[in-house]
Amino acid sequence: MNRGKFIERVLFFLALSSVTSLLLITIFIFMEGLPLIISTGLKNFLFSSHWAPTRGHFGILAMIISSILVTLGALGLGVPLGLACAIVLAEFSPQRLKLVLKPTLELLAGVPSVVYGFLGVIWLVPLIRDYLGGPGLSLLAGSLILGIMILPNVISISIDSLDAVPETYRQGSIALGATQWQTVRRVVLPAARSGIITAVILGMGRAIGETMAVIMVAGNALQLPTSILDPVRTLTSNIALELGYASGRHREALFATGIVLFIIIMILNLSATLVTRRK
Amino acid sequence: MRLDPRYTQILVKALLWGMTGFTLFILVFIIVNVSIKGLPQVTPSFLLEAPHDMGRAGGIFSTIVATAYVTLLAILIATPLGVGTAIYLTEYTREGLATRIIRFGAECLAGVPSIILGLFGFVLFVLKMGLGWSILSGGLTLAIMVLPTIIRTSEEAIKAVPQEYRTVCFSLGLSKWQSITHIVVPSALPGITTGIMLSVGRSLGETAVLLFTAGAALRTPTSLFDSGRTMAVHFYILAREGISMPNAYGTAAVLVVSILLINLVAYTLMQRLVKRYS
Repeated sequence: MNRGKFIERVLFFLALSSVTSLLLITIFIFMEGLPLIISTGLKNFLFSSHWAPTRGHFGILAMIISSILVTLGALGLGVPLGLACAIVLAEFSPQRLKLVLKPTLELLAGVPSVVYGFLGVIWLVPLIRDYLGGPGLSLLAGSLILGIMILPNVISISIDSLDAVPETYRQGSIALGATQWQTVRRVVLPAARSGIITAVILGMGRAIGETMAVIMVAGNALQLPTSILDPVRTLTSNIALELGYASGRHREALFATGIVLFIIIMILNLSATLVTRRK
Repeated sequence: MRLDPRYTQILVKALLWGMTGFTLFILVFIIVNVSIKGLPQVTPSFLLEAPHDMGRAGGIFSTIVATAYVTLLAILIATPLGVGTAIYLTEYTREGLATRIIRFGAECLAGVPSIILGLFGFVLFVLKMGLGWSILSGGLTLAIMVLPTIIRTSEEAIKAVPQEYRTVCFSLGLSKWQSITHIVVPSALPGITTGIMLSVGRSLGETAVLLFTAGAALRTPTSLFDSGRTMAVHFYILAREGISMPNAYGTAAVLVVSILLINLVAYTLMQRLVKRYS
């Protein structure tokens, strides 16, 4: 085999590293968690809220619901604010301002999630406790912190998709006598729709998979929340809180929780890929 | 009642600018708050002294060492894999089934949440391979986490190198591999470095992965098989268990400032590359 062919082979194997890692992750998470789902029964595992791992009860319904609610709350804050920011920067603001603000926002995406969680505990939780009641550590606190955390990503992807809309679209609309806002609402936003949907889906994936910030502010109580001021425990927090000391079936149950999370995330990723591809 | 479009426009613009201002305020507040409360704690002795009494007293030296070790290890493993993947995707294949699978794998890997990576690293490296909570387990898991970032940025950087460069190489009789190692990769180096810097930034701030793979021992790690508590994990434990607020703020300030600086350098390098070739 000549040198060129050999190098190509080696590079091909290197290129398989990401696919191999993904496969290994899938295999190991399923291998550790699946036996418990089978022995507990999928229905008992997914549709019971009774989580008492030391006594053999493994129901994660309350955590699934909490994860979904926290994520929806995060989107409720993050998407309107992020989209507003993106529209202003892409369509209304002077070019100079955009050139400063866009990189600044992207830099902020690097702030670690523990820092968001910490500031949530220091600033947000006392505010909620004093003005709205409840323990402060709550579904609401988790949603707000996650909503803020996903902002830089949502803004950055949305700006890119708004920028990708050809300038002629805007000129055509303005020439027809539409105002700038009418142009944005009727022409630019619909044209950038798939990019914005991708931003929302990726933000959703980030929010539902986030762990440290949520553990710090959401209160971690094992219950079905009845109000936004109740403390909640998400799928991710449950894994992180108990993995340190769990063993045997209990540990398997945490991997099983991981499987559910993994499947949700993969569905979100797949739909994001499909949305971008359809463009 | 129907408003004149001109008035709607004024109202909507005011609303959107207001929301933008609010968003920027929150994000800037985070940085300013951490800096104001934290930076005064950051003295030379805070950086160079080992933590005492679970972090109540002393500095964060051992956590800086542990962070440096796991990050370095992750980068050393992920860079050849990531750059190799990028070279293969851009220089050696046409778009086809193989490239689509590789890209899809990298995209999915990028979306895997860190707690899942933590679970995976815990079961494979810590338990099955018997590496225990160690720098090695942590570094290996982090390498998987940053791999997609390195692949994506390297690919963009290599694609940005003008096609003529390669044509000239071939006309001079260079082999494909020679043109890659002598011309293409060196030209793409700023972009590849960007990916590495971004990965360093992510590794510094990562908590969930390292908590379950590198552990939380406060001793300064001296070998790959020692457990080591990184800065982010230390900060999490200080804050969550309410051990010491001043030290938590100090650690947070070191973390945030170093991550922002690293990302800033990464961004500037990428801008320079884009400017050079466009």
